Amino acid sequence: MNGAKSKLVIRGGRVLDPGQGIDIVGDVLISDGRITAVGAEIKDGGARVIDAKGLIVCPGLIDIHCHLRDPGFEYKETIETGTLAAAHGGFTTVCCMPNTQPPIDSRATVEYIQRTAALTASARVLPIGCVSKGRQGKEIAELGDLADAGVVAFSDDGSPVADGALMRKALEYCRALGLPISDHCEEPSLAEGGVMHEGWVAVRLGLRGQPAAAEESQVARDIALAELTGSPVHIAHVSTRGSVELVRQAKARGLPVTAEVTPHHLTLTHESVMSSTSLPNELAYDTNAKVSPPLRTADDVAACVEGLRDGTIDAIATDHAPHAPVDKLCEFDDAPSGISGFETALGLVLTLVHAGKLELAAVIEKMTAGPVAALRLDRHEGLAGLGSLAAGAPGDVTVFDPNAEWTVEPERFASKGKNTPLAGRVLKGQVVMTISNGRQVFARDEVTV
Amino acid sequence: MTMSANLPNERERSSGAATLAQEPPTSTLPHPAPGTWHHSHVLDLDDFSQEEIELVLETTGTMKEVLARQIARVPTLRGTTVVTLFYESSTRTRSSFELAGKVLGADVINIAASASSVQKGESLVDTVLTLQAIGADVLVMRHPRSGAPYLASRHTRASIINAGDGWHAHPTQALLDLFTIQSHIGDVRGRKVVIVGDITHSRVARSNLWSLTTMGAQVVVCGPPTLLPVGLEGPQGSEVESEQALPPLEVETNLDRAIKDADVVMTLRLQLERQQSGLIPSIREYCNLYQVTEERLATAKPGALVLHPGPVNEGVEISLGVAHGAQSVIEEQVANGVAVRMALLYLLSRGRS
Repeated sequence: MNGAKSKLVIRGGRVLDPGQGIDIVGDVLISDGRITAVGAEIKDGGARVIDAKGLIVCPGLIDIHCHLRDPGFEYKETIETGTLAAAHGGFTTVCCMPNTQPPIDSRATVEYIQRTAALTASARVLPIGCVSKGRQGKEIAELGDLADAGVVAFSDDGSPVADGALMRKALEYCRALGLPISDHCEEPSLAEGGVMHEGWVAVRLGLRGQPAAAEESQVARDIALAELTGSPVHIAHVSTRGSVELVRQAKARGLPVTAEVTPHHLTLTHESVMSSTSLPNELAYDTNAKVSPPLRTADDVAACVEGLRDGTIDAIATDHAPHAPVDKLCEFDDAPSGISGFETALGLVLTLVHAGKLELAAVIEKMTAGPVAALRLDRHEGLAGLGSLAAGAPGDVTVFDPNAEWTVEPERFASKGKNTPLAGRVLKGQVVMTISNGRQVFARDEVTV
Repeated sequence: MTMSANLPNERERSSGAATLAQEPPTSTLPHPAPGTWHHSHVLDLDDFSQEEIELVLETTGTMKEVLARQIARVPTLRGTTVVTLFYESSTRTRSSFELAGKVLGADVINIAASASSVQKGESLVDTVLTLQAIGADVLVMRHPRSGAPYLASRHTRASIINAGDGWHAHPTQALLDLFTIQSHIGDVRGRKVVIVGDITHSRVARSNLWSLTTMGAQVVVCGPPTLLPVGLEGPQGSEVESEQALPPLEVETNLDRAIKDADVVMTLRLQLERQQSGLIPSIREYCNLYQVTEERLATAKPGALVLHPGPVNEGVEISLGVAHGAQSVIEEQVANGVAVRMALLYLLSRGRS
């Protein structure tokens, strides 16, 4: 716990806190695990000094959608390895989805996660509870007890809340709790059996596709239910032009609707299933590009980027979904969905900055203040100022080099999940140091402090 | 490796097979097949050039001569082990490969891989490694999952021949179809080929699209919109046009229009469960709209060929009269299947040397 009860000053970096409109060259002082000052030439008073010249210093990144697989699937990931991977990726707060075994539908499981995180985690873990008991989509879970235990939202992620009436009841019930529901939108009868996006690549590969309309029809339903109930709906991982447009219209009407998008849906298309850098000149059937929702068309990617730029989409969320190699070494139809995303997230979204499609500050906002606002995480005890460098905020800081080039080598991931379609890709932008609650939880080898 | 002192190891065995294959072919095969061949596997025809397809067809012709002999046996692939690994039941394709291997002198092992091995937890990769360990040189594979042979090919030194994977590809069927067509009408360049039926679920149609268009045919696919896959027209809008994302083709939903002036009519099997899954209202309606009948065939070019990959649902996708009529080459397709598969076994074996 080096530094938890001491002072740390990060000197001379470009301090970027878009949520507060800060963009200066200066210092950040952390004392006793909290941000205490941001400015030029802060007197350190014996603080440990970290030189960040030429680097970006921003609030610790926040991921409101990940899978830590613990409890139940510890061979894929644990709270310890997952949060270490998060720290490697610059994330200091992660919200873990409840599709564990048992699912997070009881206080006991929430407390298990909190206890395990307290003992082993390298990042703050905020559990998301189930909407329905056992994620079965039949009866609402004990949402009140879950809220009391400390979950920050509800979701049956991995599965949609297919039953509209159940979704309505859950949203109504949530009004008393003030927590949002994050929905994985996928209308089951339209998506049935689809293992990738429905389009020419699926035709070429002979795989069953799922149409964009499977996602969009449920996004439309959820927006209607947000209007009906007045309760906040968060649309998880939007992936289609139509979904972005629906959210845009909902926001224009003032409805309590927020949305997130993943780094992969911002950058990759369904062609990744067919063509892989590691398997040139042959049809890849790359199970590492199998993800839910599926990678879509270039037009959908462009719409997601535009949605981020114009504020329709509130947050970038990784949907970090680690799997063991053996899980993915199989026929495409049989492979589980998911990409191990923590450690490539920042580098991948920065490709959009380097390509001139997004501003750096906008990207950082969508990974700090944006997700906090989307799920209103800063209302929770001890989290005031989360996602910012405001005085008194949690002492979470990420330091990164926006121009460092590196090659994605999954075998070097801290995550147990090596499943990424990006193996061999060169990304530009790399995390140098991650500080959580004033404690250094990750530093790249070559950094001397 | 020390155990191999008295036993030929796999490398020696396969190079021995290759030596036999390279012997002056006068004693074994009538003509040596010329041309270049650089395929380690036959997974689909999307990576076959026109010259490579021609090489296969020429070699098929040679194999037909072998099959016509009184004793149709040559030692070309002696010492080569061919394993047929079928995860779906099949009579004609499997027996066609088996016969092809035996005519060429290979040892053929047939494995009907049931779902049980999968249920026991034996993965496809495990199975392929096991078969490699017992000495398989060629793995002929049929699998209900699209792409399975690609996965297999990455985990074995054996050559994989795709005998049908899911909805994706059935390259040997497409090659035998092309051989059959060319044996009647010659070059297909500029000829109109209509593929009728359930395109969505058809690996036969997909492979045929590649081979026919590579050889210059004009291909029209025809079926009810619910059996034409979304995306068949290729990349749209802002999507970057990949090089040959999908073969060029025309889509027609009206069979009367599609069949007009066709040189070749290729019918596909309609799985009767398509009605249960709601893709067609009834078999009756399907027959009314999409059955290749004598009346419809009469509007095609005179003498237009009628093909079907079998097994035929007579009276559904094709009328009894057309299936058994003068223009039907369905039985020839089956016969040519053996020769095509011999050609591929031979070319792969030669390539392995």
